[in-house]
Amino acid sequence: MQVGIEKSVVTPLIKKKSRVKNRGLSIQVSNALLSILLPVILLIVWEGAGALGKLNPILLPRPSTIMQEFVSLTASGELAMHLGVSAWRALLGFLLGGGLGLAAGIWVGFSYKTERLLDPSLQMLRTLPHLAIAPLFILWFGFGEASKILLIAKGCFFPLYVNTFLGIRSVDGKLFDVGRVLQFSQWQMITKLIIPASLPNIFLGIRLSIGVAWLGLVVAEMMGSSTGIGFLINDARSFSLTSVVFVGIIVFAIVGKLSDSLVKLIERRMLRWQDSYKGEGSS
Amino acid sequence: MTEMLKIDKLNKTFAAPTGDVIALNNIQLQVKKGEFITIIGPSGCGKSTLLKIVAGLDTDYTGAVVLNGKPVDGPSIEKGFIFQEPRLFPWLTVEKNIAANLSLKDPTTRTRVTELIELVRLTGFEKSYPRELSGGMAQRVAIARALLRNPDVLLLDEPFGALDAFTRAHLQEVLLDIWQTNRTTMLFVTHDLDEAVFLGQRVIIMNPRPGHIRSVQPIDLPFPRKRSSSSFQELRHKVLSEFEKVEEPTIDVGAGI
Repeated sequence: MQVGIEKSVVTPLIKKKSRVKNRGLSIQVSNALLSILLPVILLIVWEGAGALGKLNPILLPRPSTIMQEFVSLTASGELAMHLGVSAWRALLGFLLGGGLGLAAGIWVGFSYKTERLLDPSLQMLRTLPHLAIAPLFILWFGFGEASKILLIAKGCFFPLYVNTFLGIRSVDGKLFDVGRVLQFSQWQMITKLIIPASLPNIFLGIRLSIGVAWLGLVVAEMMGSSTGIGFLINDARSFSLTSVVFVGIIVFAIVGKLSDSLVKLIERRMLRWQDSYKGEGSS
Repeated sequence: MTEMLKIDKLNKTFAAPTGDVIALNNIQLQVKKGEFITIIGPSGCGKSTLLKIVAGLDTDYTGAVVLNGKPVDGPSIEKGFIFQEPRLFPWLTVEKNIAANLSLKDPTTRTRVTELIELVRLTGFEKSYPRELSGGMAQRVAIARALLRNPDVLLLDEPFGALDAFTRAHLQEVLLDIWQTNRTTMLFVTHDLDEAVFLGQRVIIMNPRPGHIRSVQPIDLPFPRKRSSSSFQELRHKVLSEFEKVEEPTIDVGAGI
C-alpha cells in the first residue's frame, strides 16, 4: 500500500549513490588537480625568475636549490632527527593541553556554576600571546623540555576547551526530553547524547589545537633549544642559510597538513551521519 | 476492565508576566487498560500540557495523576511518548535509534528490534541514518523506539501533524495495527477531527480559556472503520457540533482524508 510510495522516494536516492561512486574517482582526481593548481603556477614562476637572475639567492633561493638542500638534509638524517624531536614535543603538548581542554570543556559545559567560576578567568588567559608567556615559563621551568611542552599545551588547551564547551551547550534541548522519556541514566545522557552530539565541535577543536601545537612549537624551539625544526630554522637564519629556513618551513607545512588530514579522515568516518552543506560543485 | 490511568481534579497554571494563566482546569479522566483515547481541541486548550503531565515531563501541577496505582512523579519507560517531530538521534542508524540506551548485542533486544522494524514496516532500512528517511519513516522509527520498552501506555502528541495526508492515513493504519496486536493503551492528542474519530474509542473534546474537558464522545464503531460510512460521518458531525457551540471553532476540519 502506501509503503510503495515511500519506497519509490528512497530508491532513486540509493541509485544516485552508486552512480556517484563510479564517478567518484574522476571527481577526486580533478579536485586534487584543482587544489595544487595555484602552488604549481607559483613554483614555475619562482624558478623561472630565479634562473633569469631576477631574485637575490640569499633572500629567495630557487625552488631547485631548496629541493637540493632538502635532499641532503634528509640523506644525512639530520632532518629526521629534528622532526622526530619536534613531533614528540608537539604530541606531548597536544595530549596534555588538549586533554585538559577537553576535560575542562566538558566540566564547564555541564554545570552553569562551574561556568561562572572558571570561564571568565580562562577567557582572560586565552588571549595571552605565547611570546608574552614564554619568558615566564623559561624562568619557572628552565630551558628544558618542560617549558616547551607546557607552552605548546597552553596553546592547545583553548581551542579544545572553547569548542567542547560550545558543542555541549548547543545540544538540541528536545533530545534531552527524549533521553528523559527513555529513562537514560545520568551517565547515558553524557555518553549517548551529549558527547555524540558535540562531537562535530570537539573535532573542530582538535584540528585547531593541532594547528596551534605547531605554532607554539616554533616559538618554544626558537627560544633556546639545540634540536627540533624550530631550532633548525633559527640556526640557519643566523648563518643566512635561507634554503635551510625554507626546508624547515616546508616541513612544518607538510607535517601540519598531514596531521590535519589525518584528523579530518577520522572525523569523516565518525561523523558519517552528518548531513550538511559541502559547497557548490562537490560530490 | 480495570482503570489503568486515573486523573483526578488536575489543575495546572502557568506563571505569566500579566498574571497566572490557567492551562488546565479540573481535569477528570479515567482510562481503561487497552483503551484507545483521542484528545482533540483547538490550540491553547492544554491538550499537550495534559499529555506532558501524564508522561511525567511536567510535574508542576495540583491534583492526582495515578498510573497503575502509583502517582506519576517523573518520566519512565512505562509511559512511551511520541513527540510531534520524530526526535531521532541523527548519529545513530535506525536500529540503534530504536535500541538507544539498550544494547543490540543483547539477543532479546536484538530480536525485539527486528520484530518492531517489521511491525512498523521498515525492514531494509535498519542501517539507514535519520537523514536518509522521509518524515513518515522517521516517525515510525520513533514509534518502534517507544514500543521496545513495552510501555503500559503510549502517549502521542500530534504525532502525524507534520505529515502529508497520504502518509498520515498510512501511519494511522500502522498505529491501529500495533494497537490491535499489542493492546497498548493509547492516549492520542490531535487537532484533526477525522483522525480523532477514526482512531479513538472515546474522543475527549477540550476547550481553551481555561483548558477543560468539554465533553466525551464514545465512538462505538468497529475497526477497521470506513471514513465514508454514514455512521462515521454522523459521529464526526456530532463531535464537530460540540465545537460549533463555542465562539471560536479553530478546529482543523478538512485536514484528514
